[in-house]
Amino acid sequence: MENTKKISKKNKKDNIFYDPSLKKRHAKAKLFKYFTIVSLAFSLIFLTIFLSDMVIKGSTAVQQTYVQVEVTYNERSVKSYRKAVERKYLNIVSRAALREIPLQMQNNPELMGTTKLIWILADDQVDMYMKDYYYKIKGKDLKTIEELVRNDRLEKRFNTVFFTQGDSKTPEYSGILSAMIGTIMTLFVAMVVAFPIGVATAVYLEEFSTQNKWSEFLEVNINNLAAIPSILFGLLGLAIFINLFGMPRSSALVGGLTLALMTLPIIVVSSRAALRSVPASIRQAGYGLGLTKVQVVKDHVLPLAFPGIMTGSIIGLAQAMGETAPLIIVGMIAFIPDSPSTILEASTVMPAQIFTWAGMPERAYIERTAAGILVLLSVLISLNALAVYLRKKFEVKW
Amino acid sequence: MSTFQSKNKSVELQENIIRYFLIAAATISILTTFGILFSILFEAIEFFKLKSFFYFFTGTEWSPGTVDSKFGALPIFAGTFIITIIAMCVALPIGLGSAIFMSEYATSRQRTYLKPLLEILAGIPTVVYGFFAAITVAPWIVNVCNSIGVDASFNSALASGVVMGIMIIPVISSLSDDVIAAVPDSLRKGSLALGMTKAETIKDIVLPSALPGIISASLLGISKALGETMIVVMAAGLRPNLSWNILEDMTTVTVRIVDSLVGDQAFNSPATLSAFALGLALFVVTLILNIVSVRMIQRFKEKYKMSSL
Repeated sequence: MENTKKISKKNKKDNIFYDPSLKKRHAKAKLFKYFTIVSLAFSLIFLTIFLSDMVIKGSTAVQQTYVQVEVTYNERSVKSYRKAVERKYLNIVSRAALREIPLQMQNNPELMGTTKLIWILADDQVDMYMKDYYYKIKGKDLKTIEELVRNDRLEKRFNTVFFTQGDSKTPEYSGILSAMIGTIMTLFVAMVVAFPIGVATAVYLEEFSTQNKWSEFLEVNINNLAAIPSILFGLLGLAIFINLFGMPRSSALVGGLTLALMTLPIIVVSSRAALRSVPASIRQAGYGLGLTKVQVVKDHVLPLAFPGIMTGSIIGLAQAMGETAPLIIVGMIAFIPDSPSTILEASTVMPAQIFTWAGMPERAYIERTAAGILVLLSVLISLNALAVYLRKKFEVKW
Repeated sequence: MSTFQSKNKSVELQENIIRYFLIAAATISILTTFGILFSILFEAIEFFKLKSFFYFFTGTEWSPGTVDSKFGALPIFAGTFIITIIAMCVALPIGLGSAIFMSEYATSRQRTYLKPLLEILAGIPTVVYGFFAAITVAPWIVNVCNSIGVDASFNSALASGVVMGIMIIPVISSLSDDVIAAVPDSLRKGSLALGMTKAETIKDIVLPSALPGIISASLLGISKALGETMIVVMAAGLRPNLSWNILEDMTTVTVRIVDSLVGDQAFNSPATLSAFALGLALFVVTLILNIVSVRMIQRFKEKYKMSSL
């Protein structure tokens, strides 16, 4: 056995199938395979680097520094909040938190005339100091901080402000709540408009229209609509909804309508796929029992296609949620400290809030931005997971 | 499939109402397209009444803020073009490579895990990519360039181009994957039977057959890169810059659109209206790319008698 192997190797060149380039070709084939593996690995490595970068940058925003100082509640601090704390703590306590003190006294008159040792939000520079980032603190304040640290009067706590406040010009007092509420209202408007129209379009194209020029045109048009750059939808919103119809700028109504038009093609395409997967026998059975076309569609085809339609709509919703460019064009990057209560008020959405924070010069906004991104990504991932779950759960194999 | 009309008049009326409602809903999508087209077109016409149409496409000076404002968009188109090329240099090889691996080498088990992972890239909002490009990638490029003694801007075209390329990878990979998987297996088997290696089969047989689909995917990718806004707004510059140096800052059509509409200028000023002229150029180019892309896919489908793709 070994002998024959040796001979055949020796006389390789005598073999009529021997090809001198074979070795090279196999090496090339291997190289090509490695290239494809590397290119796929590149995306996955990027994803890992990207996500860990966001987690590292955003994780510090989970905590926020608080400082324990004596606050005096009296006439002078009502007039000027700067008088409420000792002068040397003025740069250490958050301005925004100090500004609340006169308001607190208005709400609780019994506070008047007392002095209390309380934990209060610290300035963003102090927060950066506590988190070992770059900070700009002058010598005198730095000494005060070191003294406070020694006395355990500076403490990092869970950052509730981030989830309970709106935007603010002071980084330590800014939160994502108003952007979240803006997002919910905008998406609500978008889905209320896009879902019925999208499903109705899909039903018309799949069940009612006959193959003619009109339906062909509709199809081409919907495909094109899906590929139009999102920013152009913003131009449409600005020119038609705001300038022509006079709807309020920066409002959830305008943003929602703009997003609705963008989500429409996604819903139409996925609903059509869902309707198409319902077998013709269902429809024929319906007709056989004497139902009209509308009855067949309404009572039999649509309920069977519904899980698929829902899945597509949730994916469309997730896409609309991450959209920024058209909303910036219609003015949804306004500064919104208080949550909007109606869809006509000026509001902002989470991606736009992230964009605003990303453009801020203060270092403290970077962790807020990354934290905002983490919140947005986790909502998006859960929405997509929900879509996958719905598809798995209700998928019917005909 | 034939339907039976009911003899009951009220049922018939109801059916018709519903049918017209559906037709009305379907019309909305057409209204949207024409809404976009006309809203941009009319404002762009207003702009070209004020400023020269010819200079817009050939002029090299863009200065909207000054009294004697000039609107030569050539540097803006050039910046858009360069950033798009950088993005495609990243997205095309990587996207195509991933697609080949998924459809030719990966087992079906690997596919079920890898495909959703790639889709995550498509699901990340562009504002997040923009933040990553501006905060992480751009400083990193500046550091690397400084260490080898080259000057680089913090708003370099390279940073936004590369990140944009990564964003486009799933666009190219998912469509190419579908197309490559749709190439008939008989072609592969025939090639392997003639003694070609797997890589040769892919390169010489499968990819040329799938070429219309791959071109179509690339055109979609280019159209996406041209229209991408947030990454360039956050990571690329504002200054129109006619240069080949990808380490310098450049601006794009979308950046200028956002920049001119976010300010507090009167709506009828040429500076604001210029956004619509740029938008019109963007609309026309992306529309042509999309139509050509769809045509290509149709040709591929006809060639292999595919019913759905």
